Formats: sequence, C-alpha cells, structure tokens
Amino acid sequence: MRLVTEIIRPIEGITVHIVPTDKFKTLTFAVQFRGRLKRETVTKRALLAYVLKSATAKSPSTQLLQQRLDDLYGASLTSQIHKRGEDHILSFLLHTAGDRFLSETSTLAADSLELLAEAILAPHAKDGAFDEETVNKEKRALRQRLESIIDDKMQYANIRLIDEMCRGEAYALHTYGYKEDLEAISPVDLYDYYQQMIKEDEIDLYVIGDVDPDRIVGIIEKAFAFRGRQPVAHPFRFVPVEVGAPKTIRESHDVEQGKLNLGYRTNIVIGDPLYYAAQVFNGLFGGFPHSKLFMNVREKASLAYYAASRYDSYKGLILVMSGIEFSNFDKTVAIIRQQLESVQSGDFDDVAVDQTKALLKNAVLEALDSPFSLIEQLYRSVLVKSADDLDRWLTEIDRVSRDDIVRVAQQTVLDTIYFLHGKEGDPHGNPTV
Amino acid sequence: MEIQRFDRLQETVYREVLPNGLTVCVLPKKGFQRTYATFATKYGSIDNHFKSLTSKNWVRVPDGIAHFLEHKLFEQPDGTDVFHAFSRQGAEANAYTTFTRTTYLFSSTANVEKNVETLIDFVQTPAFTDQSVEKEKGIIGQEIRMYNDTPDWRVYFGLIENMYHAHPVKIDIAGTIESIAQITKESLYECYHTFYHPGNMVLFIVGPVDPERMIHLVAENQARKNYTKQAPVERRYPEEPAGVAKAKSVLKMGVETPKSMVGFKAARVHRSGQDYLKHELSVQILLELLFGKSSDNYRRLIDEKLIDESFSFEYTEEHEYGFSAIGGNTEDPDRLAARLFEMIMAQKERPIPEEALERARKKRLGSFLKALNSPEYIANQYTRYLFNGANLFDIVAVLEDLRAEELEAVLHEHFDERAFTQCQVVRRA
Repeated sequence: MRLVTEIIRPIEGITVHIVPTDKFKTLTFAVQFRGRLKRETVTKRALLAYVLKSATAKSPSTQLLQQRLDDLYGASLTSQIHKRGEDHILSFLLHTAGDRFLSETSTLAADSLELLAEAILAPHAKDGAFDEETVNKEKRALRQRLESIIDDKMQYANIRLIDEMCRGEAYALHTYGYKEDLEAISPVDLYDYYQQMIKEDEIDLYVIGDVDPDRIVGIIEKAFAFRGRQPVAHPFRFVPVEVGAPKTIRESHDVEQGKLNLGYRTNIVIGDPLYYAAQVFNGLFGGFPHSKLFMNVREKASLAYYAASRYDSYKGLILVMSGIEFSNFDKTVAIIRQQLESVQSGDFDDVAVDQTKALLKNAVLEALDSPFSLIEQLYRSVLVKSADDLDRWLTEIDRVSRDDIVRVAQQTVLDTIYFLHGKEGDPHGNPTV
Repeated sequence: MEIQRFDRLQETVYREVLPNGLTVCVLPKKGFQRTYATFATKYGSIDNHFKSLTSKNWVRVPDGIAHFLEHKLFEQPDGTDVFHAFSRQGAEANAYTTFTRTTYLFSSTANVEKNVETLIDFVQTPAFTDQSVEKEKGIIGQEIRMYNDTPDWRVYFGLIENMYHAHPVKIDIAGTIESIAQITKESLYECYHTFYHPGNMVLFIVGPVDPERMIHLVAENQARKNYTKQAPVERRYPEEPAGVAKAKSVLKMGVETPKSMVGFKAARVHRSGQDYLKHELSVQILLELLFGKSSDNYRRLIDEKLIDESFSFEYTEEHEYGFSAIGGNTEDPDRLAARLFEMIMAQKERPIPEEALERARKKRLGSFLKALNSPEYIANQYTRYLFNGANLFDIVAVLEDLRAEELEAVLHEHFDERAFTQCQVVRRA
C-alpha cells in the first residue's frame, strides 16, 4: 500500500508536487529554494526571507499585503530557512482554509496561489533594486531576531556547539546569517542576489489539499511565470570528518541553569547503508523517554529535566542536550559518555530496540497528518535524490539488527563538549573542571 | 450516546457520560494515521484550597503540587515508568499542567485500543513512594530553573502576578524549589483522591477510530473499577479585589533584548456557556482589531521601532480569572507600554470600523478551520471549553453573531485603566 499519492510535474524549470487529499481542512502551498550554504550569501538569503513576504508591487506595504491575506480567510504567508547538510533551504509557505468550508469563496485556491506567486515573482522593487524603505524595515526585523538568539539559552547553546565543533565547515554557517554582514547589503545587492536565486536555485513547489491536480497545474503555469531558468544542480554531498581528542568549550552567562551540549560524529548520513541503523541507535541512546539518556541522566540520577539526543542525518551528527546544575558538569558528562559505551559494548535489551523501532515508525506515520511535516518528508527525497519512499523507510527500520546498532555506536565519536554556565560566585556553584 | 454534528465543519463528536461520571468524547478523523487522546482532570495549580475527600477537612496544599502529581503518576506500582509500556506499543506519551487542568496524553499510529487502556489505567493507578517523591524534586528543580532562565516566560507570569492580589493564578504553576520541598507522598495522595475521580475528568479521543467501539472499550474498563458516584469537589478561592495588585514591575535578567508586556485583568468573571465563549471571543477580536498585523497600530509600532516579529497578544478566560497580555521584545519598554495604553484608550473614543471587523471575523474563522487540522487543538480546546460549560464548535456561530455594539461594550469594560498593568524584563546592569 502506498501511503501518499504524490503527483510530480516539471513546469517552467521548477518541479511541482501535488498531494490531493481531503483529510485536511486547509490548502497548503510551499515553494522551496535550494542553494548552497556560503558565507557570502547566507545573510542575503535570510534577508530575502523577510523582504519577499513583507510587500509586493501590487501591495507595497506590509499592512496592505496583510489586509489581502486576512481577506483570504486569514491566509498566512510565512517564510522559513533551514540548513540541510551543505544546503541552505529557503521556503515560502501559504496556508489557508479549504474552499469547501467557506460557502462564498470558490476562488480561494487560485487567489492564494496567485498571491504566493506575486510575493516571489513580483516584489516591491524597481530599476533593479528593492524598495529601500522595505529593505531597511526588514533589516531591522532580521537584526532583532539575530540579537535575541542569545536570550534563548537552549537555542544559543545548540548554535555555539556547532560553531565550535564544525568550525571551517559550511555547515557551521548560521542559518539566519550574520549581523555584521547585514548593514552592507544594499537594495541593489539584494536584488542582484534575488535574481540569481530565482534563476539558478533548484525550486520545488508543493500543493497539499483537496484539489484537482489539472486545475492546479493550470493555475501554476499561469501564475508562476519563471522565465529563462538555468538551475544549477546541487547534488547531495558529504565529506566525512576525522575526529581528534574531544574539545571542551565553556562559556559564562548570567543564568541559573547550566546548558550542557555534546556533539558526536557518526559520519553516517542519509543514503549510507547504516543510515537506518543510525536512526535506531539515536532512538536507543537519547531520542525518546525510554532511551538511555532519559533513563539514566533524568530518572536514575535526577540531574536534569531534559536529557535527549537528536540525529542530523544530513551531516551525520548526534547532538546531545541537557540542562543541569553548574556543579554537576563532571557527573553528567560521565553518565552521558557511559551510555554511549554501553551501546558500543552491546549492553541493551531487545525490548528497548523494539520500543525504538515502534516509535521511529510512529513518528514517520504521524508526520503524514500535518501538511507541513508531510512536505518536509517528501522534500527529503528531493534533497538526497533518493528513491526511498515512506513504505521503504518503514521496512528498513524493521530490518536493523543489533550488530548494525553496535556498529553505529562504535563509529560514534565525541567531538566537542559545550557548557554554558553561570558567573563566578553564583550560589549554584561553579563548574569543577 | 449523544451525537453532535457540525455539518458545515464536517466534524462529529460522540459523547457519553459513564455511570461513574467520566465524560468520554470521540471525534473520528478520516484519513488520519494517528490517534491522539487526552485524559484530563479539572484540577490545576489554582486549586490549592479544597475540602479533602480523604480527611473531609479543608486543606491548603503546597504551591506546585498539581504539577508534581502530574510527574509522579507516570511511575508504576512495580517501580517502572509507564513511558516504557507506551514505547512498546508505539505511542508517544506526555502530560502538562495549567492553572486549571492537568492533562495526560498519547499519540500513536498503532495499538490504539491498548494505548487508550494504558492511558486510563496509569492515571487511575497512583503509586508513590517517599524515595521516588524525593528524587522527583531534583528533576522538577531543574524544570523550574529552566523556566527561570526563560525571559518570555518570566515576563508573562510576572504580568499575571501583577494583576492579582490574592488569587492563586498569581502563583507559578510548577511552584518554587522551596515550596516543592514540602511535598510528601501523603499530600500527593490527598490531592489525587480528591481530584482524580472520573466525575472530575474527561477523556477525548481524536483519530481514525470507530466511536462506538472506543466508548464501549472505555465503559468496560471503567466498569471493572470500583468507582462510586461522587459529588463535585468543593474548592475555595480567596476574595479578589477589583483592580490590579501592582501597576508595574521590572525584572532584571541577563538578557540582550528587553521585553515589555502590558495587560488588563478581567473585571468580571464566572461566566459559563455561550456567554463565556462570546466574551472570550469578543476580547480576542478586539485585540485583533487593535493590534493585528493589518491594523494601523501595528504599522505605527513597527515604524516607531518599538516592536518586532516577537510581538503578540492574547486573551485567556477561565471561570475564575481572565486577562489580556500584549507585548514582546523592545528596545524601549516604557515607551512601548505607554504607546500600547494610549492606542487602546484612543480606540474607546472611536467607533469600531465595520470593514476591519469583517476582516477580523474572517481571519478568526479561517484560523479556527486551520486549527481543526490539529488533533491536539481539538482535544485540548474541546476539553477546556467543556470544563467551562461551553462547546468548542459553537465558536463559528458565536463569531458570526458578534455585533459592533456588543464589542464596544466589552471594549469599555475590559480595557479599564484600573485593570491595567505592565511588566518588563530589562538587562541586569
């Protein structure tokens, strides 16, 4: 049984993916731009995420554009930026209520798609430059966002770990760019980069909802007049990294709780024969509440409220995060390292493996119930040009053996420990090392 | 079994109250992979003064105990954690505590019937030991510290604390490290036996399920247990004077970007049913008119560089309390608070623009439809409205009926000068 029906059609140098389904009360459209992560372009790309959704030639202010969206039954136009291995993905999403629940408005799908196309292809710009006022406003919005990252200590610690661990690799570049690069971007520079992106990025458009595919294709062909596209292919690439002795980085902030992050390299990425085993290994190690990290750091030792790991399958990393008392640094690091060693030596039971497989499969199936996570899942196979569909994914997870899991664990090497702790003389104690 | 059909939304709720008082609701979702279920008790952090069903006396319990109890229920009589059973059955489980509710939940694409039974059984089988209670204090202590380092959380709860003189909504849901130190096995059992009777609880299941079969399964499960019908729990809340306790507070934290929130405390509470729903929606629509992204005020605040994309507003009402909260990151917390206040007061001098009202109404309707994609939204909000004597799906009809004159009345009542307060988070020098 195929779990998802996806109709794929190339149109005007972009790829259109349509999933007709009546299970949602909404229509969801997403346009994904794929380019390489580069220091020269990350900040421009992030700024485009802000500028394009804030005004169009026809609705030249945020307020006017927002009024049109509100009139489309509160349609939302948002942008997102993600890092996938060495790729920088910029997405524009339009999400709206489905036509069939709103008696008077059968043109909602067409109106929404046209508005999305307008934001991307008919921006508020003239004579080769974006409108200066719009650019300045959105520079401020992006700057505020970049400045506030440090106030979210969990997110900040995650970013700092990657900064230190992957220094010099494209992957270490910040998804939302750099404050120091922002000011110098002129409305002309940004427009030049925008034109390059429209011409050269690989572009995928997703449509999820109760739609007639032929009708939607007709609307897209008319609305999305991409011309003269010359997409530059970005085949998925991964360069394994040798790990030396683990680094320990400490940083002091005005906080009550220490944030402890550990970065491991598996050098196993999506497409690798051990990819599915790496998923199971991560689940066993720290992905779920039955996992070793939760059981030992939280339940047994009472050291933390959260202790979990995440597998970045585009970069082959396992990232552990926890929040602890400053004085418990040594103890917690030792317990986390022991958990990896126990998997390396095969010290885990079959029940835990079965639990992990059950939850991994569950997570993949659950993702089909939200249009956003569905798009993310489908887009994964575009990014890595893999023929593995969801059905295959489910069978492969089941096939993972104990030996495979041990092999992944043995290939998993600690690269960097990052610890954000309090100031000197803080009542909660100081790190002991 | 009662069947509630909402034709326009193409949703149906099957509802039954079992002999022991438990309300069971099922909303079938065709085409979905997963089933999401919540098991909620009408018991939250504000219920700290009540007539105990074990001692029959009026008792006052330590701050944070409802949330502590939520953590401890996951422990099974054999000492294991119920997470293991859920994982084996392919379910992700979780729980959360609010001011007025404690909710246990799972989400799974397989073994749904088993998971429903596991959900009910673990919540109905408390097993606390002195040792495990002590151990939990370390874990919750870290949860409290995590929130203490989260400026968005601090400014929001600081705002509520400003509003209330005596009402326990001003107390942190998780309590403090000092208050949870007083919690014992005995105090947990006392709260448990008072508030976890099926008559005080609602089970809600959303997913690709057969409603009759689900309700039957739950009924059988409950029939096997010795619950007898019980009268509603008696709770006491202190007399709350009108007006806010404190007009302003400033919290110093290690932040780069300051935060400013303002809010108004609801003048009149204890509404229920349609009346409640209408009042909550009215204030929400007013906030959208005042500060929505398509409003003049929003544009001005951006132009004046006082707000950014973190700006938000909300209105929450429960039987015992209600408040609005507006604000976000800002370089100038005093100026933002002053401008928000001015803008609200200026609206009181002007009529509500019809065109903007229609737009806000459409937007709210669209956002409600979008939310119906989410089993989480349906189960949690349906239960919340049910505890307030209202029906989630009446939102559409109430929304369509809202008139500008009614909104004007709510505008003048809610946005009262004496009910205004502000809270800021600023950089520690």
